[in-house]
Amino acid sequence: MSNTGIPRTSVAPRLIWIGVALVGAVVWGTIALSRGEHISAVWLVVAALGSYAIAYRFYSRFIVRRVLEVDDNRATPAERLEDGIDFQPTDKRVLLGHHFAAIAGAGPLVGPVLAAQLGYLPGTIWIVVGAVFAGAVQDMVVLFLSMRRDGKSLGQMARDEIGKVGGVAALIALFTIMIILLAVLALVVVKALAGSPWGTFSVAMTIPIALFMGCYLRYLRPGQVVEASVVGVVLLLLAIAGGGWIEHSALAGLFTLSPKTLVFCLAGYGFVASVLPVWLLLAPRDYLSTFMKVGTIALLAAGVLIAAPTLKTGATTRFTTSSDGPVVTGGLFPFLFITIACGALSGFHALVASGTTPKLVQKESQVRMIGYGSMLMESFVAIMALVAACVLDPGLYYAMNSSSGLLGSTVASASQAVSKLGFTISPDELDAAAKAVGEQTLVARSGGAPTLAVGMSEIFSGVFGGAMKAFWYHFAIMFEALFILTTVDAGTRVGRFMLQDMLGNVWKPMGRVNWRPGILLASAAVVVAWGYFLYAGATDPLGGINQLFPLFGIANQLLAAVALTVATTCLIKAGKLRWAWVTGIPLAWDVAVTFTASWQKIFSADPQIGFFAQRARYADAAAAGKVLSPAKNPGDMHTIVVNSTVDGVLNAVFVVLVALVIGNAALVCCRVLRSTRPLITSEAPYVKSTIDTLAGGRR
Amino acid sequence: MSPVHPQLARARLIRGLRWYLKEISGAGAYERFAQQHRQQHPGTPVPTRREFERRKTQRRENHPPTGCC
Repeated sequence: MSNTGIPRTSVAPRLIWIGVALVGAVVWGTIALSRGEHISAVWLVVAALGSYAIAYRFYSRFIVRRVLEVDDNRATPAERLEDGIDFQPTDKRVLLGHHFAAIAGAGPLVGPVLAAQLGYLPGTIWIVVGAVFAGAVQDMVVLFLSMRRDGKSLGQMARDEIGKVGGVAALIALFTIMIILLAVLALVVVKALAGSPWGTFSVAMTIPIALFMGCYLRYLRPGQVVEASVVGVVLLLLAIAGGGWIEHSALAGLFTLSPKTLVFCLAGYGFVASVLPVWLLLAPRDYLSTFMKVGTIALLAAGVLIAAPTLKTGATTRFTTSSDGPVVTGGLFPFLFITIACGALSGFHALVASGTTPKLVQKESQVRMIGYGSMLMESFVAIMALVAACVLDPGLYYAMNSSSGLLGSTVASASQAVSKLGFTISPDELDAAAKAVGEQTLVARSGGAPTLAVGMSEIFSGVFGGAMKAFWYHFAIMFEALFILTTVDAGTRVGRFMLQDMLGNVWKPMGRVNWRPGILLASAAVVVAWGYFLYAGATDPLGGINQLFPLFGIANQLLAAVALTVATTCLIKAGKLRWAWVTGIPLAWDVAVTFTASWQKIFSADPQIGFFAQRARYADAAAAGKVLSPAKNPGDMHTIVVNSTVDGVLNAVFVVLVALVIGNAALVCCRVLRSTRPLITSEAPYVKSTIDTLAGGRR
Repeated sequence: MSPVHPQLARARLIRGLRWYLKEISGAGAYERFAQQHRQQHPGTPVPTRREFERRKTQRRENHPPTGCC
């Protein structure tokens, strides 16, 4: 002890945290105030890491101690119900890896790329602030609530805590949102692979590689996942290199597929993968995808720090204050917050946080590292994606991401369209950029994946030299497609179970998960559902991504509204009204964003924004016998009318379902607050823990 | 505090990495299962690794993990 009475040990950490805060403030100031000059990407990385450190150290600790009141003397379901299969106390570092791999997908990579249209500043602020105060809080609180209820799912918790109406609405919302999610992710793959024999070959090769790994793990070396994955990764790298050879061979035509053909290939693949035994395709693909995902993200982070690339996009752009952006249409509020969902706040994480993870947590306090920490890592991935998009020349960025209707199909028309947006890129430069990454063209390659791949190839070339740019581009495409296809496999299977569960209430045999005709029917129904939206997106004359991505963002954020509603209700029912703001404020923000965006998408009179205004414009013109650009014929006009109507109706259905959940929860909360009876908890009863993590075993 | 010898630190790092890979890939699950089986059902044969892995994937058949976007 010092003579002031303050323990000596408390001074150094305080000085360190003051230092972190000061560095963070200076870096944020630099990012926010730099105008008209290009800054290094390292500034963004340092600002994000500093903010995460402070948020993790102070805010997450406050939530676990004061709001959730975690108790390490209380046995978790992993300890009480340990069965070695579902319930198993797992080391927190291992579970952090599993949870992160489960929540990290293509979302945090695609959204920030599209939002780069607004400059790097709005996206960076939302990714960091959104994750710290909303996304990570949601993930951690839902994980904790599910853990205290023996690992119940979000749907079950909604039914138990809010009531039957809210519960049923939440289940239907979950299913429809899942369909849109699968369609949009599959659309990203279609946009990345259309007309690219190199990309299509290397992604197609992931199927035989996964089948080989499945047989290896089943018959040759059961349980040797690392060994099989190393063999799989080596084969993948060979497949990428082989794609370069295929592109210049007589086989190129076989792998040059149109968007329509790719849609049918993906739908067929999704169906077969969801009915094949798990060990054969899904499990090995999952291992491969996880290893690739974590490895590539680590490589990208190292690449940004080593190459320290300069951001060529400004802090803001002219589209920051207008609503006529060519990539994402609509104003910054609410559309930035819809476009970047995963990486800041993602409702889908609540499904993972109330799925496998709560059944594996060893000690209650570990929800902080696993729930809050994983989301901060995901947020960091989103920052990396934003960096990869912002290191590109803005001319190239807009030539790749604007709709084909605006750009035309040639480099000359694209160059002209980009100059009208206020940026410059010559036809020769566009040709050279495509040639450098081994593609025929980069014009109108929307969807986010090709842009991220070009950005990643720039960064990796800065580290390893420019000779392998085409390899790195296809490496990035393959890496994204690999884990999107893994999500499509698993998502179709999860959707099938949801559908069987719902239909089982109407017709009992459909609810039996082992009844073969039921499996085939439900799988086909799920594939047809997402396949329809995928086909509509791939053939939409207005550009499917521009149409469907806002719907995907709204759906994901509405799911977050359901999760935050369940969390806030649970806090109020647990007698913690004074702390309900912790999830209540993110909920209020999320409701403001999603409901405003939905209002605009449904009721806006601007055909660029409102689905029904767009429908009316094209329907009126079609009735008058006119064909409006970018439609080329009456068939295109009809397609636009149908797609706008379906998208608008679906958006309205989402909002009504979520409004039902929130309304029902508000009633429940009012009833609880007015009641004079003691509160009834739905938590599992207290059992004393016998695990001593410090001693490394049971007491 | 005495400084750790670089060779010792390297060995510790490699050991840690090997442990992490084994645990995160699920390769260590069988050993734990076998140990638990011996404690809970003494005298009965422990299922082989092959049987254990088949049971694990069979379990995933009806309980697919929810991946994210």
